[in-house]
Amino acid sequence: MPVYQINVNGQPREVDAPAEMPLLWVLRDLLNLTGTKYGCGIGQCRACTVHVNGTTAYACQMPVSSVGSSPVVTIEGLAPEQKEPLVAAWEEEDVPQCGYCQPGQIMSAAALIARTPRPTDADIDTAMSPNLCRCGTYNRIRRAIHRAAEGV
Amino acid sequence: MKTPSKSQLLLAQRFSERFSERFSERLGIGQNKSMQRRVFLKLSGVGGLALGWACASDKPAPAGAEPPAMMNPDELPEPEGEVPVEPEPEVEVTQYDVSAYVRIGSDESVTLYNSQSDMGQGVLTSLSMLIAEELDVDWEKVRAEHPIASQEKYGNQFTAGSNSVSGAFMALRQTGAAARQMLIAAAAQRWDVPAAACRTELGVVFHDASERSATYGELAELAGTLNPPQNPTLKSQSDFRIIGTPRHQINARQKADGTAQYSIDVKVEGMLVGVVARSPALGGSVVSFDDTAARLVPGVQDVVQIPSGMAVLADHYWNALKGRDALQVEWTAGPNAQLSTASLRTDMMGQMDQGMNNVNQGDPEQVIADAAVDRRLDSIYELPYPAHAPMEPLNAVADVRADSVEIWAGTQGPTAVVNDAAEATGIARDRVTLHVPLLGGGFGRRATNDYVMDAVHASRLAGRPVKIIHTREDDMRSGFYRPMNSNRIQGALDADGWPNAWIHNIVVQGIFGAFFAVEGSATNFPYAMPDRRVTWRDPGVDIPVFTWRSVGASHNAFVVESFLDELAALGGKDPLDVRLRLLEQSANPNAARQAVALQNVAERSGWRTAASEGRARGIAVHQTFGTIVAEVAEVSVEAGQVRVHRVWATVDCGRAVNPRGIEAQAEGGIIYGLTAALYGQIDLEAGRPVQGNFDTYRLLRMNESPEIDVAIIESGANITGMGEPAVPPIAPAVCNAIFALTGQRIRRLPIQIEV
Repeated sequence: MPVYQINVNGQPREVDAPAEMPLLWVLRDLLNLTGTKYGCGIGQCRACTVHVNGTTAYACQMPVSSVGSSPVVTIEGLAPEQKEPLVAAWEEEDVPQCGYCQPGQIMSAAALIARTPRPTDADIDTAMSPNLCRCGTYNRIRRAIHRAAEGV
Repeated sequence: MKTPSKSQLLLAQRFSERFSERFSERLGIGQNKSMQRRVFLKLSGVGGLALGWACASDKPAPAGAEPPAMMNPDELPEPEGEVPVEPEPEVEVTQYDVSAYVRIGSDESVTLYNSQSDMGQGVLTSLSMLIAEELDVDWEKVRAEHPIASQEKYGNQFTAGSNSVSGAFMALRQTGAAARQMLIAAAAQRWDVPAAACRTELGVVFHDASERSATYGELAELAGTLNPPQNPTLKSQSDFRIIGTPRHQINARQKADGTAQYSIDVKVEGMLVGVVARSPALGGSVVSFDDTAARLVPGVQDVVQIPSGMAVLADHYWNALKGRDALQVEWTAGPNAQLSTASLRTDMMGQMDQGMNNVNQGDPEQVIADAAVDRRLDSIYELPYPAHAPMEPLNAVADVRADSVEIWAGTQGPTAVVNDAAEATGIARDRVTLHVPLLGGGFGRRATNDYVMDAVHASRLAGRPVKIIHTREDDMRSGFYRPMNSNRIQGALDADGWPNAWIHNIVVQGIFGAFFAVEGSATNFPYAMPDRRVTWRDPGVDIPVFTWRSVGASHNAFVVESFLDELAALGGKDPLDVRLRLLEQSANPNAARQAVALQNVAERSGWRTAASEGRARGIAVHQTFGTIVAEVAEVSVEAGQVRVHRVWATVDCGRAVNPRGIEAQAEGGIIYGLTAALYGQIDLEAGRPVQGNFDTYRLLRMNESPEIDVAIIESGANITGMGEPAVPPIAPAVCNAIFALTGQRIRRLPIQIEV
């Protein structure tokens, strides 16, 4: 199998994987970065949201061969100044129920706040509607993003 | 009728054990005597009375209750420079088990073991509050985990029926109180003073007379060697400091930051990852297979035939999936090859008059026949098979050795998993170790063991640890749906336009017989209706169905609350007034609570005032597993699209242990029920489930979510649960609002608006 040099969370990583293997499974099964979740495999639920080149990408839809040298950031590597306000807001608003989709939600929210530091409800709905939550925590996610944005 | 499988019987037993105590109370609702006897005997016959909670006098856990030995999943290099790293104190922490539920560290940490499975409904938090209250510890120091499964320590572990908090309210408080008394006894022994002269406060035992004190962490080792008291003294409820106060969810941080572990994240040394090729038609089986090409796929290590199909095992998921793509399997058509959604609808309609009476009072046929033509209604309601679709696809890890089994599975039924794994492997139950990580959603789907047994069988055959992952399509097409159902419901109005007679014929696959098939119509029917009949017919099909969040209530409440709305409209009455009148006249002991909940939700939603232009409101109420939830939905319809703008919910679960958790469950239940009302449908074609992923099986998204406003009534009634009861009222509330707005009555879900 081919060997790919990719950059994950600021570190060069070498992975031995079939070309079409999605980044999701490279992260989870080869690099043991399990915070990025599998939910659908077809880009519908966005539980696998990571950042590539600083914007959201869906790891289940990205073959490892297409990653190249683009920097990949997962929930594990999200910068503390981005992650901590969101996680704290998630706790304060009691967002997680089962919690499985929440790392993906946090990754989408972090990208939103990075480009729109004070998002409106409409901004949040646009950015976050691709992320499914079966437990129905959407209203709390919206509140938590406002809380995190105001605290930043 | 189809004979229930062995695993269904096991689960039925668990249900019956949990429900038997309260079942006589549930039966006090206007049914004939023969129904009462029949159902009660059926339930007590398989289980007998048992308390699902181990008593507080359990011996301390043996040292085996250590965290699972797993590979460290975090090979992440330390980020450079920018992370403020707090120096780890160089203190060795020892953990002591005071009892099977309470572990205290020498660092004063408190870890509580909750034998109920947290699938998002928050029992790790709410149940820990019960223990912590009586244990008298600082809530901020409390951690909570699922223990390694143990019937000996925890009784029959099965999380269903929204009964965790109600079942635990006394038992877990006793557990906490017993541990506290053991810590006091340890202090008394150490100081040679009477235990009665000692007191506790937030994790410290005091002997005021000698001005001595010791922390729980200092006393835990000795306390764990003492005999637990048989009847520990409980706090007066007026002294509660934790129960009834709003608390944040334990583990919220780990869930948000990605460090929480689900079974799909578990990795053990030497593990293979597998996917299973299953029959495309439900119930089909392997005729023959050719795994030559599959075994040539790089990374594929083994292909084994297990009861559910062919498991392709590889070094990682992706290679296993590629291997499965290359696998050739011929399947039998199975028992359902002739079934489609259309054929099932026809078949169910054809059996409508063949049901057995579950309620038969008065003479509803006569009353309806005597009513004027414009004073009676005859409607058909139909609901599809919806899937549970938990966000974490079904999966489990098993390591079957010659004389032991170790399993990691997010399951609602740990005891059944242990028993079934023991039976499948021939290894004694006490050699089966089951770890229960967090569940990435359950909703009743993780109450079955099929997906766990896949891993057990695959590991047994491969001789290696195996993780089996359902792809999303596997998960969606694996059955155990809420049963599709058809209903004929007829009713009449009296001379003043009030409903007075009702016949409800239900055709639906039974789950534990009639128990859930008639739940919410024969049982838990709150309204005065002197002439009423409810019949139930099992259509005799072999589609696997099981508990879908709120089970029978979720379809019967839709029919009952929608049809009542139809009768209200026919009589020219306000839907709220009809409900309040029929509740006032009812002999149902919980009718008054339902009326209070309705009045509360009506007041908060401005029911008596007009909705804004282009919108209308609908109302519904239902009692599910003892908890009453009344809901008002405000909707608009544009170009055939329903938009639910706001939902008001009023909850009466007796008393609130964690109000924050109750609000979250009300919101989540409403979104879950609304998703099903708008989109939830698995079609069958030639016995094959059609929808397989979120492109065709839609879930509600943020931009479709209503504002939700929850109020909690502390009625003081028996405490009941909150995982499910917000689901049933939302579909009828929304459809009643659609009728109020458009005049179109929705009698088939998912909702389709005729433009």
